[in-house]
Amino acid sequence: MKKLHFLEVEGNSKGFYAFFALFGLISLIGMLAAYYMEHNGHWVTGMNNQIVWGTPHVFAIFLIVAASGALNVASISSVFAKTAYKPLARLSGMLAMALLSGGLVVLLLDLGRPDRLIVAMTKFNFVSIFTWNILLYTGFMGIVGVYLWTMMDRPYNNLTKKAGMAAFIWRLILTTGTGSIFGFLIAREAYDSALLAPMFIIMSFSFGLAFFLLVLMGSYKYTQRDLGDYIVNRLKNLLGVFVAAVFYFVVVYHLTNLYSADHRDITLFILTGGGLYTFLFWVVQIALGSLLPLVLLYGPTGKNRTMIGLACALIILGGFAQLYVIIIGGQAYPMHLFPGMEVTSSFYDGVVASYTPSLPEFLLGMGGVGITLLLVTVAVAAMKFLPASLADEVANPHSK
Amino acid sequence: MTINIDNKNNDETTTDSASKEMESSRRNFIFGSVAAAGLTVAPGIMLYQTANARSLSDFSLKEGASSKVRWGMLVDTTKEVDWNKCVDACNKEHGLGNETNSRDEQKTQYIRVVEVKNKGTGYSMSLPVMCQHCESAPCVDVCPTGASMKRADGIVLVDRHRCIGCRYCMMACPYKARSFVHEVLTDQTENTPRGKGCVESCNMCVNRIDNGQEPACVEASDGAIIFGDLNDSESSISKILAKHGGKQIRADLKLNPGVFYQGI
Ligand code: SF4
Ligand code: SF4
Repeated sequence: MKKLHFLEVEGNSKGFYAFFALFGLISLIGMLAAYYMEHNGHWVTGMNNQIVWGTPHVFAIFLIVAASGALNVASISSVFAKTAYKPLARLSGMLAMALLSGGLVVLLLDLGRPDRLIVAMTKFNFVSIFTWNILLYTGFMGIVGVYLWTMMDRPYNNLTKKAGMAAFIWRLILTTGTGSIFGFLIAREAYDSALLAPMFIIMSFSFGLAFFLLVLMGSYKYTQRDLGDYIVNRLKNLLGVFVAAVFYFVVVYHLTNLYSADHRDITLFILTGGGLYTFLFWVVQIALGSLLPLVLLYGPTGKNRTMIGLACALIILGGFAQLYVIIIGGQAYPMHLFPGMEVTSSFYDGVVASYTPSLPEFLLGMGGVGITLLLVTVAVAAMKFLPASLADEVANPHSK
Repeated sequence: MTINIDNKNNDETTTDSASKEMESSRRNFIFGSVAAAGLTVAPGIMLYQTANARSLSDFSLKEGASSKVRWGMLVDTTKEVDWNKCVDACNKEHGLGNETNSRDEQKTQYIRVVEVKNKGTGYSMSLPVMCQHCESAPCVDVCPTGASMKRADGIVLVDRHRCIGCRYCMMACPYKARSFVHEVLTDQTENTPRGKGCVESCNMCVNRIDNGQEPACVEASDGAIIFGDLNDSESSISKILAKHGGKQIRADLKLNPGVFYQGI
């Protein structure tokens, strides 16, 4: 095995400026969209008193969940001592921080009063799982930051394993916390399941790794560095396992809900009568986001980089659909003030709430993705995150 | 009719959290001329007339909200009343309905008339639903900043100086009692300052209660809604509840709301 050697991406290059400009522009548009929403108030969005969390939350929660999953590769290398993943650990940690930053920005800018950030950071109600999430996110940044530092600063290398362990445990708690945001909503049938938190963890594995693999393949392609099949195959096989695991959880989740009298209605709504939500579930989440990627990753196209990239993109798309169904579909289904009775009112009791995402909401969400990618672009140019080569003779610990 | 009510000073020692709640209620709510010596109510309405009954005016500015009291309401849905009168009174009291841009599903409603129909029997009824002022209020539990809070006297409300507009409380409320202010509002009433980007809901007309009056919807209900202290066995609401009973909506959730209904 050749010696591993990390190198910054050339910052003074056309490629760098092109990506910097592209992601910067997406971020900027996102910020302008947020300003437009805040300036006018949320009436310019599709959100209302029934669907209180809309498209920005889908993006924010996706990015936050993916952040935790992006750390997987580093965890496998430090905690489970798999040397094959070691060259990727830095990128994994950095990407996790970038994803979390993007997600948090979206979450913050969708607040009714983002100017009161200082209130959110100083006045805590410790009964609230939301408060705990704020602390978990802040802690995640700190711990992963230290973890990265131990990896990148040679004298502290011996602490990497410990820091990696701490980061690993922290991220599991973090994703459980994110999932629990929904678990605490007692009257919303869609979220009333013990499976939701573990499902969020496995979703994070899948979305995070898909994002990681895309960024990895993209950056090696555009910097013309070697990325051998050894690494890519390992990662894509692992990704397939995660996709299958999410699929399994989704099946169990809906089956158990179908058998519970309390949850049958909401489950049938999502699976059969929910219009857009039903479409998103079957077509985007299941067919395009789960089954097709499995075929692409494990079938005859399994060695084709373009197809692997396509699979990753589809998994991400399916992930967005899944969160859209969970977050927005779960709110659209009416709560039962009088179970078993027909209920109507001027406040939309008893009817499926309507929601049409608006452009600014979508742009704000995309802005979060833009910020993530912008941070990644700057980071790989500023510091030694990427190995100069990941050709098989470097990456494969068993090669001579 | 003028009712004399005793004006004794409560010098109870309050618990820490109660005093904190008092502090914040003092800070955030405008108290009018408190400790009113008497109370005028519409003829025919029985109110806090018992000699020992704690009364509205016990809670002066000095006191803040007292944890001895738990304010509640009892709605008699069997009475033939036009509940929309209550809705109108509420809207007027709090200056609601002044949105100019919001779509209907974005407009604030503190209280709404809900029609309930039993598909099997065809029986139907209507009832007003507002914030149920839950004892174990999910909106209070989930609020990250503590803006959503319960006063010592059981009234649940939003401190609009602290609310960051995350809407988590709206997700958590089983009664859909809360609204988000979707636009800049002008033309506000003095007692209910409302602001873009914050969540709001029925506050049991805390401004009126602290001022010795009853909530606007109660006043407009022709006696179909009774307001009073649930902790005081001598209050008329407690007596009626003891004698005739009353149900809470979704009592199965065990939140112990302060709003009771008859005929549901
Ligand atoms: S009804 Fe809703 S808003 Fe009112 S106290 Fe209960 S949970 Fe909170
Ligand atoms: S919207 Fe305001 S009151 Fe509601 S949970 Fe968020 S900060 Fe608390």
